[in-house]
Amino acid sequence: MASSIRVRATSNGDITEVQALIQHPMDTGLVKDSKGEAIPAHFIQQLKFECNGKDVFVADWGTAVSKDPYVKFSFKGAKKGDELKISWTDNKGGSDTTTAKIA
Amino acid sequence: MTTTTGPHPTRRLILQGAASVALLGLGNLPFAAAPALAAANDKYPNEAFKQKNEADAIKALYGKTAEPSDKVKLDAPEIAENGSVVPISVTTTLDKVTSISFFVAENPFALAASYKIPDGTLPGVANRLKMAKTTNVTAIVEADGKLYSATKEVKVTVGGCGG
Repeated sequence: MASSIRVRATSNGDITEVQALIQHPMDTGLVKDSKGEAIPAHFIQQLKFECNGKDVFVADWGTAVSKDPYVKFSFKGAKKGDELKISWTDNKGGSDTTTAKIA
Repeated sequence: MTTTTGPHPTRRLILQGAASVALLGLGNLPFAAAPALAAANDKYPNEAFKQKNEADAIKALYGKTAEPSDKVKLDAPEIAENGSVVPISVTTTLDKVTSISFFVAENPFALAASYKIPDGTLPGVANRLKMAKTTNVTAIVEADGKLYSATKEVKVTVGGCGG
């Protein structure tokens, strides 16, 4: 299965801009399906970006983050070719990890 | 209390007295101090995400209150046609930013997302949030131990809570 994480990290000298798009239902637990039964909550709780052995960005998410979440941030201290590691865990114990080269 | 070593023992006693009065004034909030650490460590702030109301969520996450600041720039649409995907971003000119959080006042749970900003990461983030209805979105920036906020009302045409 293809990774649930799509990430683009581009360096313009000192600053690396990171955009990530993750496939995840982000169910709130408040929505009912067509039979009137509640769809249980299923959402990403923590998303981490690491570069050169250091956390560069940590997101704690609740159910109010949109389905297929998107996030964008920038950080200093990395260069082209460095590897960025992205990982998430959700409330049901699911997780995924991927790496991306900074372009 | 008896072994006051400072140069102004009376002043210290007065301060201690004042502190206990302040504690009494808080009434039955025995856990008020504990959640203050939630934003500082790596753990997922479960309690804060369970708070329905914005003030409670801020208190559970940070243990203190924020003051409005024009150094926090919150970018959100005037009108969001689809409440399930509302693009919201924040940037700030404040120094020593350690975290940025988003709150949606009238969502079922006010805290939407909280981001830790380590040293070397620029203090800005863009994301997409769900909004149940027209309400205020607040971004809180924690900088140098203090909280600064910016708030904007977003009109929602179709709520993002489905069903």
